[in-house]
Amino acid sequence: MSVNIAIIRFPGSNCEFDIEEAIGKLGANAHIVWHQEHDLSGFDGVIIPGGFAHGDYLRCGAIARFSPVMDAVTRLARSGGPVLGICNGFQVLTEAGLLPGALMRNAGLRFVCETVEVEVTSNHSPLTSQVALGTRLRLPVNHGEGNFTCDEATLAEIESGGQVVLRYVDNPNGSLNDIAGISNREGNVVGLMPHPERAFDLVVGSDDGVPLLASFVRFVEEHVASHVAVGRA
Amino acid sequence: MSITDITELISKDARHVPLGLLDKEYGSIIEVLGRVPTDVELAMYSVMWSEHCSYKSSRIHLRRLPTKADHVLVGPGENAGVIDAGDGVAVALRIESHNHPSFIEPYQGAATGVGGILRDIFTMGARPIALMDPLFVGPLEDAQSRYLLDGIVRGVGGYGNSVGVPTVGGQITFDRCYERNPLVNVFCLGVLPIDRLVLGQASGVGNLCVLLGSRTGRDGIGGVSVLASAGFREDEGGAKRPSVQVGDPYEEKRLIEACLELLDAKLVVGIQDLGGAGLACATSETAARGGVGMDVDVLAVPRREPGMSAVEVMTSESQERMLAIITPSSLDQVLEVCRRWEIEATVIATVTGADESGVGHLRILDGPDGPVLADVPARSLADEAPLYDRPMLEPANLDERRDTGPANALVSSDYSEDLKSMLVDPAWIYRQYDHQLFVNTIFGPGDADATLLRLAGPGISHTRKGLAMSSDANAAWCAVDPRRGTRATVAESALNVSATGATPMALVNCLNFGNPEHPQVMWELSETVDGMAEACSALSIPVVGGNVSLYNESAGRDIDPTPTVAVVGLIDSVVRRPPSIGWIARDRIILLGERSANVGGSRWARDVHGVRTGQIDEVDLAKHKVLCEFVAQLVREEAGAEVAPGLVHGIHTVGDGGLGVALAEMSVASGVGCEIDEIVDHRELFSESVSRAVIATGRADELISRARSMGIAAIAVGVAQGDRMRVSQLVDIGLDELSSRFHDRIERALGEIASH
Repeated sequence: MSVNIAIIRFPGSNCEFDIEEAIGKLGANAHIVWHQEHDLSGFDGVIIPGGFAHGDYLRCGAIARFSPVMDAVTRLARSGGPVLGICNGFQVLTEAGLLPGALMRNAGLRFVCETVEVEVTSNHSPLTSQVALGTRLRLPVNHGEGNFTCDEATLAEIESGGQVVLRYVDNPNGSLNDIAGISNREGNVVGLMPHPERAFDLVVGSDDGVPLLASFVRFVEEHVASHVAVGRA
Repeated sequence: MSITDITELISKDARHVPLGLLDKEYGSIIEVLGRVPTDVELAMYSVMWSEHCSYKSSRIHLRRLPTKADHVLVGPGENAGVIDAGDGVAVALRIESHNHPSFIEPYQGAATGVGGILRDIFTMGARPIALMDPLFVGPLEDAQSRYLLDGIVRGVGGYGNSVGVPTVGGQITFDRCYERNPLVNVFCLGVLPIDRLVLGQASGVGNLCVLLGSRTGRDGIGGVSVLASAGFREDEGGAKRPSVQVGDPYEEKRLIEACLELLDAKLVVGIQDLGGAGLACATSETAARGGVGMDVDVLAVPRREPGMSAVEVMTSESQERMLAIITPSSLDQVLEVCRRWEIEATVIATVTGADESGVGHLRILDGPDGPVLADVPARSLADEAPLYDRPMLEPANLDERRDTGPANALVSSDYSEDLKSMLVDPAWIYRQYDHQLFVNTIFGPGDADATLLRLAGPGISHTRKGLAMSSDANAAWCAVDPRRGTRATVAESALNVSATGATPMALVNCLNFGNPEHPQVMWELSETVDGMAEACSALSIPVVGGNVSLYNESAGRDIDPTPTVAVVGLIDSVVRRPPSIGWIARDRIILLGERSANVGGSRWARDVHGVRTGQIDEVDLAKHKVLCEFVAQLVREEAGAEVAPGLVHGIHTVGDGGLGVALAEMSVASGVGCEIDEIVDHRELFSESVSRAVIATGRADELISRARSMGIAAIAVGVAQGDRMRVSQLVDIGLDELSSRFHDRIERALGEIASH
C-alpha cells in the first residue's frame, strides 16, 4: 500500500510541482493541499515545499504559520507524524515553532542559487534515517534567508541531541555551525535549506536528492506500519 | 473640418504638448474624431500613439522581417510569439526592454521589466518557465554603472525568484556607450498545451471585461510617452522617477495561477495584460482585434487612492493587472477562482457591437449611465497611429570606421595580461537568480553556449525533448556595420543553440537604438532590420516577435545600435547531459570553421587598445547553416543515443573575445590546461570571426574527416593537458590565476572581495 503525503500549497509557494513529481517517482501518493484546508486526516506525512509563501512579506514564513492548515500540520507533528520542510518550508516550520532556531538573511546579504556539498551528520530524522553518516551529497541551494541561527543553549541542545542532520561542507550563507538541516528533538520533524527535489536526475546535474527523499518516504511507510501494528495490538 | 480650421485650433490649444504629441499628430486626432478631443481622449491617444506603443518610427522597417514557417502558430503583433513544439505542446516567447526605467530606479525598473514580460507570456495561456536577462551597462570602473548593475541584478532576482520563474540565461556587456543609459532586456518563454492558446481579443456583444489584480494607482503615468519615448537630458533622471512603476511579485504570482486556472477551466473568451499605456491600451487593443466596441465604466475601476481623475485611471501603468473578457454566465465562477487566489476582480466594461459602418467604439463612461468622457474608434488608438518614414542618413565616415587597418596594426607587450583582462565570469549575477526551478535546467547560465531545458513544466509532462535558448548582442560589431554586425549576431545565436544539439526554430528581437529623430540612428535601424532579415531567411529562422526601444540617448549621445536576439531551438532526445564548455586531459582541440587574422571589431582592439574601428569578417550564411547543422548533429548523437558515441567531449563556440577567451573558458571549466601550437599570432588569438567552434575530442582524425566531408574547415590546434594555458609565443598562464581572474572580476570591481 502506498502512503499518502500532503504537499502544502500556500499562495506564493513555487516548488510544489517539483516535489510532487519527486515523491511520485518514489512510489508514494503525493497530493497538493491548499493552505486553507483544516483537515489532514487521511495523510501519513506532510511536506512544506519551497517558494515565497504569502510573498514572504513581513518575514519568511511569518504569515504562513497563521494559515489554517498549520493547525493540522502541528497536530500531525505533535502526534509523531513525519513532517518535512524544504527551504521556505523550513522557514515556515521554525516560525511555527515546530523546529528550533530561525533563518536570517544570508551573510553577504545576497540571494544564493548554486549547487553545494552537504554532509549527513545525524540519522535522527525522517530525511536521513536511511542514509549512512558521513555521506556527502551535492544539492542545490536557492535562498536569500538561509543563515540558520539560534541561542547558545538551543545550539548546545540540538548539537548534543543529534538534531543537526545536514551540514554544509563549504558554507554558502553564514549559517551557524554550517547547519544546513535540523530535526526536532523527537526526530519526526525535519527542515533543510537545500532542495533535494532539484537533484533527482543526472540529466539536470545531480541525483543526490534521491536517497534523502527515499528515506523520508520509507520513514513515512514505517510510521504507518508501526501505527497499524499498534492499532491491532 | 478644413485644414485651416484644424491649424487654427492647434495654435490656440496646446494641451497636447506636455503629453509628448506633435502638432501634426494632434491634427490627425482632430481629423479622426472630426472634433477637438476631450481630455480623456487626448490622454489615451498620447500614450497609444507614443513611440513605445505604436512603433511609429520602426513599423515601416519591421515589415521586412521573415515571420512565417509551418510551425509558427502566432507571429508578431500579438502579446507573444507561439510555436508548435509537437505532441500537443506549444512554446510562447517574447523579449522586451525596460531601459529607461532601469536608469532612473534600477531595482524597480528591472523588476517591473520582468513582471511585464511574464504577463505577455501567460496572457497567451502559457505558463512562464524561463527568463533570460541580457544586460548592458557602463564599464565596471564607473561608480554609477556599478550601482546600476547591482540594482538591476537585485531587481531581476527579487522579482523573478519570488514570482517563481527561473532566470536561466542572459548576458552581460560592459561598454562606455551604456554609461547613463543601461539596457535591461528581458526574455521570457512559456509552455502550454496547444488547446489552451488564447488571444488578446474581445468578442461577443454583451460579454463582460473583468479587471484582475492590483488596484490602479498613480504610478507609471506617462511611462510609455514621457519616459520611454524620449531621451535623457543632463541630470533629468530624478525628475522622471514618478513615471517608474513599482512591482509586487507576490501579486503577480497569484495572478499567474488564477489566470491559468481560469484558462484551464475555459472561463475566458479573451485576455490581455495591462502594461504600457495601461487600461487605454488593453481596452482599445482587445476591442480593435475583435472588431468590436467597448463601454468602460471608469468609476468601477478599483483605485489605490481617492481623487484620481479618469485620465489617470485610463493611463496608469500600475503593475500586476489583467483584463479578462468573459461571458456573463461564467462571472460567478470567475469571481470564485479569483477569491481563492486572493485576486481582486471587478467588472469594468462591456463588449458592444460595431456601428453601422463597422467601427467599434471605445467609450469611457463616468459611471454606468454617466456622462461619456471619451468616444473614439478603438482601432484608431490601437492600429492607426501615425506611421513615420523618418529620414535616414548613412554616416559620412563609414569607410574610415570600417577600415580594419588600424586594429590589425595593434600590438601588445603582454598577451597573457590582455587575455586575463578580458575574462568575466557572470556567475556573480546568476548566483542571485533561481535558475533551477521546475527541475528542467540541463544547462543553466555559464554551463554551455546556450541554455538547455527539458521541455516540460507544471501540467506539461516530461518527454525526452529539450528546449535550447540563447540571447546574443554585440553592439561593437553593429556600430561599425549594423547590417553585417546583425547578420553575425543572428549567426552566433543560431550556432550557440546548435551547440547544445538543438535545431533553431524561432527568433525574437529587441532593437535598442538611439534617438530616431537622428537620421543616422534610423539608418542603423534600417540596416539592422535588413541584416536580420537576410540572416533569418538564410538560416530558416522565423522572427515571431520583437520589441523596439528608441531614444536610448543620454546628454545627446546615442548608444551604439544594440539589436538583441534570442533564438529558441528544439532537440528531440536528451537522455544525458550533452558535452559543453570543457574538455578532458589528452583531448585534441579542434577548430571548426575558417581561420581568421582580423581583429577589426574585436573586444581586444576595443577594450585593451581603445580602437573601436574596423569591422569583423563577413559571415558566409550558407556555410554557416551547414556548420550549425553539423555541430547540432554531433551533440545530438552524444545527448540522445542509447550508447553515447563519445566522439565529442567538449564544445564552445567562438564569439566575443575570440579563440583566446573560448580556450581560456574551456580550461577554467574543466580544470585542465592546454598546449596550443597552431595559432599563428595575436590576431588569430583574438579575432572574433563568427561561424567557428572549438571541439575537444579523443578521436581527432575521425572528427576532422567528418567535418571536411561536409565542406567545413577543421584543424587541430592543440592538446588539453597540464595546469597551464599555453599558446606558443603568445600566452602562458597558470590555471589558478586564470581561474581567479575569470571568477573574481565582478566581485573585485564591486569591492566584495579585496582587490589584488
